Amino acid sequence: MGLDIRLPIGIIFSIYGVVLLIYGAVADPSIFQEKSLGVNIDLWWGLAMLVFGVFMGALAFRASRRSEP
Amino acid sequence: MHPHFVDYAIIAIYFVFVLGIGFALRGRMKTSEDFFLSGRSIPGWITGLAFMSANLGALEVMGHCANAAKYGMFVNHFYWLAAMLAMCFVGVYMMPFYYGSKVRSVPEFLRKRYDEKTRTLNALSFAAMTLLVSGVDLYAMAILFQRLLNWPFWASVVASALVVAIYIYLGGLTSSIYNEVLQFFLIVFGFLPLAILGLKAVGGFAGLKASLPNPGYAHTWANIWHASDNPMGINWFGTIFGLGFVLSFGYWCTDFLVIQRGLAAKDMPAAQRTPLIAAVPKMFFPLLVVLPGLVAIALDPTTKLMMGGRYDNALPAMLGRFYPSGLLGIGLTALMASFMSGMAGNVTAFNTVWTFDIYQTHINPGKDDHHYLTMGRMATVFAVVVGIGTAFIVLRFNNLMDYLQLLFAFFNAPLFGTFLLGMFWKRTSAHSGFWGLLCGILAAAAHYSLYHFHYIHYPSDMAANFYQAIWAFVVCFCVTVVVTFFTEPRKEEELVGLVYSLTPKPKTSHLPWYERPGILAIGILALCTVLNIIFW
Repeated sequence: MGLDIRLPIGIIFSIYGVVLLIYGAVADPSIFQEKSLGVNIDLWWGLAMLVFGVFMGALAFRASRRSEP
Repeated sequence: MHPHFVDYAIIAIYFVFVLGIGFALRGRMKTSEDFFLSGRSIPGWITGLAFMSANLGALEVMGHCANAAKYGMFVNHFYWLAAMLAMCFVGVYMMPFYYGSKVRSVPEFLRKRYDEKTRTLNALSFAAMTLLVSGVDLYAMAILFQRLLNWPFWASVVASALVVAIYIYLGGLTSSIYNEVLQFFLIVFGFLPLAILGLKAVGGFAGLKASLPNPGYAHTWANIWHASDNPMGINWFGTIFGLGFVLSFGYWCTDFLVIQRGLAAKDMPAAQRTPLIAAVPKMFFPLLVVLPGLVAIALDPTTKLMMGGRYDNALPAMLGRFYPSGLLGIGLTALMASFMSGMAGNVTAFNTVWTFDIYQTHINPGKDDHHYLTMGRMATVFAVVVGIGTAFIVLRFNNLMDYLQLLFAFFNAPLFGTFLLGMFWKRTSAHSGFWGLLCGILAAAAHYSLYHFHYIHYPSDMAANFYQAIWAFVVCFCVTVVVTFFTEPRKEEELVGLVYSLTPKPKTSHLPWYERPGILAIGILALCTVLNIIFW
């Protein structure tokens, strides 16, 4: 349909990943003690979302390169 | 629960993307086929994820989490018994007829197989049901955010309804499908940490089992033989025949909301793979919804500590308990995405059935294509406005799940009888479909009245819904068979492509083994059997 859905998914997950990574790095660690059993879940999950976002973006990029003449 | 700036920013980014996808697709909606069926051009993995996501509304996510807290692993039957068999069946056996006959909607198939009156009856009942359902997501979302975050009820209703209306208005079914795929990944990433942190908190699966208030909660099948042994009050017959066969096949095989995703696929193998691809993540969804429900009841056996005395709060309570700011924004976005795409699915199904099966057929036939495209857009706006109104009907029911299953038992359950006979028995006559369907719906209505006015009794509303579905199906099936014997059969040459025995089987020999529907279905059922045994 022209628009490759993997591209917006890749972008939004990359943005979310970066936001969580930064927030996890700068936030007061006591919130992780209080909520997520002492795990800095923002940092780790941000990393996971960033990896997924980059992966989807890469798939979309490869597909667009291939379809060009 | 106290979201910070970062959480609101995450939610805002989601809204920007949802609307952005609508705007990006705006220029591509040139014909009604583009708008209502995505020009039949979408790859199988996208339609597959959308097929599953369209059904992931409020009911699925919050409802099943609440049910897991209330009934335990019994809820797995909705996944490993009900959905799997039906999704494999629709992919292997029914999709060839839907996709191969080039129909644009489920009611249109009924016109080809039966006659005009059967189609009209189904189109009207489906349109009514869709409108009644579309308010559910809106309502649930507004109530939830009012309770959790003190957002005004009207603000969340209007804002989310407006966003859904805009992106469907601009991009039609494609918009809806693309947002469903985005939502699928958001739900996985938004709720998976809940399962991980929850299990860690109770000391792994062994710790979870030990801390459940009732050991039966850790079993899917062990307590099914007698109704009195399980908290839902349903025995093996009601579960297997009512839920596993009638309700689930009625939903997954005939509900245009999900079938429409298959019709948007780019070719026959992609259409057949649509429900099969959907079945794989569906199989693992108990991890995301049932497990947090079980953890919630293990941590809070009286429901008073965390859940405020209401099972419906199980999922939001778990988010509030385990998610720090940041991840909380992702969790809330996932929840919001599921409500919005649940509603969007109903709106796209409604605007298609309204435009093709009611407006073009009965009200204003013979106009040019552009006229119907405009009508589809107007129907979108209409459906969203009515959706806001039906939110207030929902208010009268105390359990969303019961409301939805009640509607399915009314409309989908008899319809499955009509389809089963129509597709697999060539003798079924043109008239019989209408009478069978009508009597099935009337049987459901009669059963509902008898139950509602206390002439018959069931241990729970859910049990009543299962039996209502069974009665509706059986009556529809029998009436269709009886009427068939008193009316003329249709000519066999008219039924090619519509009836199993008269239609050439789709060729799969040119496909690699992992793309063949039959092999995929066997693999899915084998894996699902293993899960059933592990969590017996």
